[in-house]
Amino acid sequence: MEEVPHDCPGADSTQAGRGPSCQGCPNQRLCASGAGAAPDPAIEEIKEKMKTVKHKILILSGKGGVGKSTFSAHLAHGLAEDENTQVALLDIDICGPSIPKIMGLEGEQYVEDNLGVMSVGFLLSSPDDAVIWRGPKKNGMIKQFLRDVDWGDVDYLLVDTPPGTSDEHLSVVQYLAAARIDGAVIVTTPQEVSLQDVRKEINFCHKVALPVIGVVENMSGFVCPRCKKESQIFPPTTGGAEGMCQDLKVPLLGKVPLDPHIGESCDKGQSFFVEAPNSPATLAYRSIIQKIQEFCTPRQPKEDLVSS
Amino acid sequence: MAGAGELAGAGELAGGDPRAGREPGNLSGVRHIILVLSGKGGVGKSTISTELALALRHEGKKVGILDVDLCGPSIPRMLRAQGKAVHQCDSGWVPVFVDQEQSISLMSVGFLLENPDEAVVWRGPKKSALIKQFVSDVAWGELDYLVVDTPPGTSDEHMATVEALRPYRPLGALMVTTPQAVSVGDVRRELTFCRKTGLQVMGVVENMSGFACPHCAACTNIFSRGGGEELARRAGVPFLGSVPLDPELSRSLEEGRDFIQEFPKSPAFSALTSIAREILNATPALLS
Repeated sequence: MEEVPHDCPGADSTQAGRGPSCQGCPNQRLCASGAGAAPDPAIEEIKEKMKTVKHKILILSGKGGVGKSTFSAHLAHGLAEDENTQVALLDIDICGPSIPKIMGLEGEQYVEDNLGVMSVGFLLSSPDDAVIWRGPKKNGMIKQFLRDVDWGDVDYLLVDTPPGTSDEHLSVVQYLAAARIDGAVIVTTPQEVSLQDVRKEINFCHKVALPVIGVVENMSGFVCPRCKKESQIFPPTTGGAEGMCQDLKVPLLGKVPLDPHIGESCDKGQSFFVEAPNSPATLAYRSIIQKIQEFCTPRQPKEDLVSS
Repeated sequence: MAGAGELAGAGELAGGDPRAGREPGNLSGVRHIILVLSGKGGVGKSTISTELALALRHEGKKVGILDVDLCGPSIPRMLRAQGKAVHQCDSGWVPVFVDQEQSISLMSVGFLLENPDEAVVWRGPKKSALIKQFVSDVAWGELDYLVVDTPPGTSDEHMATVEALRPYRPLGALMVTTPQAVSVGDVRRELTFCRKTGLQVMGVVENMSGFACPHCAACTNIFSRGGGEELARRAGVPFLGSVPLDPELSRSLEEGRDFIQEFPKSPAFSALTSIAREILNATPALLS
């Protein structure tokens, strides 16, 4: 279903096939028959495919430009440092696929033997190519990524998302519905203009019953390399992520300061952990990654150990 | 309509009002429409849209802002207008005036949300339908400039906005980027979008271009450097200017203050005023 009428009510809506804009649509009969309301067979197919994937984590924000892709890429790098951990990074930002650049990939799909990447960016022949697709076509691509990519045995599947609460987010949650997502990591920056979008994203997670692993506050303070004094470039005028997490009762996983090396590393497609292993930002990332691992693979409770 | 078309052509050649012979409807009183695009999220489209509107107002223009970012409507808060009610009139929705003098009006989905923390979780077709309504059903009245702020991407919202605005012949698109390659990578695709949809690109603005430490004045290029200018050069479009990172700007917008009034000495202020003047100067040429 490539071309849909502009005012398409949606194949799964009660108006499917019956709305005024359905007249003349090639799918009108199909929708009116109620076929759209039946569960998409792809959901079961994806559930099968995901049997070899142990943990699935979505990286969300709501707000653009807070560092979702940067965080996703470095979460992938961090997890893959253990060569026995198989990591896959799926970039479902169809219009603005940044992951290939940040991971330093032109068309290859493997960064390391145990770190694979999939993105629409690999399917574009030129860096100027624009993916000007409406929602249904984007959803189709996401379905293909989840169902038709041979993921193999994966310990962590990380899904980087675009900003917003729209087609891509609904689709990835729906398509993975039967396969169980461990949870979502939400990235924000300290200022209210980000938090107001992030609160919506957290509400979205609650609406679709997606567990929130926690929130990462990115770009949290900047230390001048010359005088070493700290400035708040994106001031937390309304309490920052810490305040929001307390209000909404979700965990704050950590705060990552602004470090010019991060942007440089991303532009060069290199891991920031390698470029600046002792920077406060690297240390912050590592602590956050550890908390995410602990969420996904909780240690056995003490009582069980005592009784066994 | 042939008569109206001839009238429009004659009017423009003589430097007359581009509204002559315009499509009827709520945008017929709007002289110039500017879309602020990026492709990349978080580069400052909403900030630049708001500041551009304020700068144009300071140059004596009557300005409207249309915020078509349905998932992340940022502008009401920036102009301290969050929670304001939207009224209806015979022609449709009355845009919200954000100042006493009624020289800046604003329409955003933010005004239509009952609960500001409620997510607008809509698929493309519903978003497209609302954008069409925003374009046709807001009673803008007489405006010199309508600044249209967009979300990141090249999808439903962007296609709907360009299609709905097409009969009104927008002046063009302002492309906002930050210096680093990751941003420029997305903005290149947005430039392709403009080419494919026939939207003229007025120029590139590079935002978050360097940070001057308030303690020691050392300048650090936190988000790298040079990408915006290079992008403009490669794409053959004007480079309109760089706007540096200014935490006072962030704070001011967070708190909804009139930044241009309060911080005339800020490095960002002179950059924004200069960009607004470039646009005013370029307007006649862009019309032809």
